[in-house]
Amino acid sequence: MTDSMTTTAVDAAVDAHDDDHHPSDLFYLKIAAILALFTGLEVSTYFIEDSVSEAFLFISLSVLMVVKFVMVAAYFMHLKYDTPWFRYLFIAGLVLAMGVYTIFFFAFDLFGLG
Amino acid sequence: MSEATMADSTMPDSKLPDSKLPDSKLPEATAAEAAEIVTAHNADQGGHGTTTGISNNKLMMWAFLGSECLLFGALISTYLLYKERFTGFAEGLAPFDEDGRNIGPRFGGENGEGVFDIPFTSVSSFILLGSSLTMVLALSAIRRGEYRSFRIWTLTTAALGSVFIAGQIYEFTEFVEKGLGFSTNIFGSAFFTLTGFHGVHVTIGIVMLLATYIMHKQGRLNSDKAETVEIVGLYWHFVDVVWILIFTIVYLFPQ
Repeated sequence: MTDSMTTTAVDAAVDAHDDDHHPSDLFYLKIAAILALFTGLEVSTYFIEDSVSEAFLFISLSVLMVVKFVMVAAYFMHLKYDTPWFRYLFIAGLVLAMGVYTIFFFAFDLFGLG
Repeated sequence: MSEATMADSTMPDSKLPDSKLPDSKLPEATAAEAAEIVTAHNADQGGHGTTTGISNNKLMMWAFLGSECLLFGALISTYLLYKERFTGFAEGLAPFDEDGRNIGPRFGGENGEGVFDIPFTSVSSFILLGSSLTMVLALSAIRRGEYRSFRIWTLTTAALGSVFIAGQIYEFTEFVEKGLGFSTNIFGSAFFTLTGFHGVHVTIGIVMLLATYIMHKQGRLNSDKAETVEIVGLYWHFVDVVWILIFTIVYLFPQ
């Protein structure tokens, strides 16, 4: 009884530890397969771009790009599992960059609003 | 501070995975074993002897990567600004279609076949993406103490990065032969600066990977210091996510 309880508790603790920080290699392989699939989809747009609208291409490529970015950052870079402070630092850099360069685009009238 | 004191100070109750443990009271032996696991966990992830409980080395790397977002943001923004000012390659190559529309680098070369070779660059992208997988497998292996696997995955990652760089050098050579050099026009300057900076980052990553490999061979890097490999991995994955942006924005977006 005691042995059984010990095993259960320790297994649970190990599972919790593993769940928190160390996904299995199989999990990484699955993530890589999904990323490869998305990259394949992106590349395929090059061959069909004459038959679809530019707006569709722009939106679909943007979505795939963002999803791939988030997946690598979350799973391969462990942002999903690590302390949130790392996430805050990285997102702060991203948000700052996006803010600064959006203003940059307006300043140079890249959006053609001037 | 003695090891026992250190273990106590790095074992806050809040770190115990309460939700996963049985509701009933734990026998002392069980509690002791669970405490050992949590101590090991803290030593691995949180018990870095810092006031924040966060590894200063990892914190520094994340701060650095945050600042790198600004660097690559600047380069990508500059490229987007100047790609509109694409003014042709060498004499005789028309960058505009019959209606005078700027048709850009993908279709602006001789015979309209374009200067960018999308299928070739796509293969390079798959290679760099694959290197991110081998990087996490290397980290996973050293954490488990499987050193042979660690060495194989680390060298594979460095090799894939080298193939990517070789592809970039080939690509640049092709562009120059087609008439697009660094100083040909402002588009060329923006393009080569952006992709060149990324290439330099990949090269630095390869050097870091080889350094970890050598440190391991010298016996200075083992599972106790897996965090060093993790930090190198963070840099490598960042280089990969930057390429995800560059590949889509520079090569795939409609002109």
